[in-house]
Amino acid sequence: MASDTLSASARADAEISGLDALEIAGREKGPSRVRRLWSATWPKLAALALAVAIWQAVVWSGWKEPWALPGPAVVFGDLGEYLLSSALWEGLATTARRAAVGFAAAVAVGLLLGLGVARVKVLRAALGSMITALQTMPSIAWFPLAILLFQLSEQAIFFVVVLGAAPSVANGVIHGVDYVPPLLVRAGRNLGARGLNLYRYVIAPAALPAIVAGLKQGWAFAWRSLMAGELLVVIATRTSIGAQLTYARELSEAPRLMAIMIVILVVGLLVDTAFGAADKAIRRRWGVLDQAGN
Amino acid sequence: MTSTSTTPRSATGSVALRGVTKVYGQGEQAVLALDGLSLDVAPGEFVCMVGASGCGKSTLLNLVAGLDRASGGAIELGEGVNPGLMFQEPALFPWLTVEGNVEVPLKLRGLPRDQRKERVSELLRTVHLSEFGRKRPHQLSGGMRQRVALARTLALETPVLLMDEPFGALDAMTRDILHDELERIWTERKLTVLFVTHNVREAARLADRIVLLSSRPGRIIYSTEVAVPRPRRIDSPEVSAIAAEVTDRLRKEVGRHGQ
Repeated sequence: MASDTLSASARADAEISGLDALEIAGREKGPSRVRRLWSATWPKLAALALAVAIWQAVVWSGWKEPWALPGPAVVFGDLGEYLLSSALWEGLATTARRAAVGFAAAVAVGLLLGLGVARVKVLRAALGSMITALQTMPSIAWFPLAILLFQLSEQAIFFVVVLGAAPSVANGVIHGVDYVPPLLVRAGRNLGARGLNLYRYVIAPAALPAIVAGLKQGWAFAWRSLMAGELLVVIATRTSIGAQLTYARELSEAPRLMAIMIVILVVGLLVDTAFGAADKAIRRRWGVLDQAGN
Repeated sequence: MTSTSTTPRSATGSVALRGVTKVYGQGEQAVLALDGLSLDVAPGEFVCMVGASGCGKSTLLNLVAGLDRASGGAIELGEGVNPGLMFQEPALFPWLTVEGNVEVPLKLRGLPRDQRKERVSELLRTVHLSEFGRKRPHQLSGGMRQRVALARTLALETPVLLMDEPFGALDAMTRDILHDELERIWTERKLTVLFVTHNVREAARLADRIVLLSSRPGRIIYSTEVAVPRPRRIDSPEVSAIAAEVTDRLRKEVGRHGQ
């Protein structure tokens, strides 16, 4: 009898593992890493080459004087020089610090605001649509008021950066919390997660992808607001990327102006890529990445 | 689970429903989902509730689990018992691995790390998923996910297991195997199971007792002991005979709504 039950359980084991093996067979296959990287990179490189080619063609056509629109060779030459100068790095340091502080403040405000609106009915009724409305306001339109309030100071810049970026972050949080699957909340409560623990173990992680999307969008707004701010609020004692862009225009240094623009573009792209990578990593963990790896 | 209608009782794994009523909405639009439902489940008993749509099966399990509050009547559980609830979908946390999912209730109970690790590997052994601890839910099949959910519920170490059509979305082969598994775990751990299903054969395969619920509002209209010795097979003549009898009753109940 004992050997009977033993063999029965051994048979059950074999059946189960057999079924498991059949059901998950062939689920984890994909192209190699190098191949994936290459297939993601070459279209970008091709697009970049095309853009430079068009630029060069326009310059050769003689549409504008070379002092107004220099060609790629001149601009990249100046960019090389600019990269070696201390001006760039001092300016970049100021700008990066402002971006970090401004964005951090925007994230803090956005998270609090979003959580409040998501959880408190009155706040939602009062602020829900206002947050979206705030998002449609071009941030540069805030600067006159900011300058009145804070004069030509960093506070004026931070004020606008926070107003520009916080609504996106808040919307990400609201969206994330709203769309936490109710089933997961019920499961979490049944497993013993109440109050703060429910947030820690279920709601926060479930809302994370939407929050990261909000952060990514918030960053784009923060960076734009910051650049607008640095163009308008030039503090003479402190060099920044935006201030240098303004000087380059005032001095008609077209190659330098375009070199700075390239730097601004690259910095924005780098941070955006970092957010994109975080977003992708989360979605991969969740198993919601599609076949193409997007 | 400190809903006002839940009071302690001595026998640990028992579930007692005393005239449980649940009304959704108010005034004219109020819907009576459960109407004075009474049921005693003995410790260690396996009760299957069968009913057509709208009989309030899921509502009832939510009430027993303490996720919702009854409008009237009382639900009596053993002292300090938090029933574990399983759904038709595994409801696993996609951001955690299989191990991480099973660990959640242990973390919430404040178990130290080394004990958690030990318990998790024991639970994964119980559901035959020891090799899959590091996988994520999306990498598993439906049946495997449901076993992870079972292990996670067992981690609550509760004597009462509530199951809301847990195998409803699985293919027949997988379901058969999971029936065997559930029966084994129920026996080993001396659990009390309240199992909701619309599949009469499944009820006859698993239950000590089958309870039939009427629809709109839910009331118990029929109850039968399943005196077929275990282990059972879902396709055995004895199980089929019981299923046929319950199906007849169920059809009669459904027919009542057509008139």
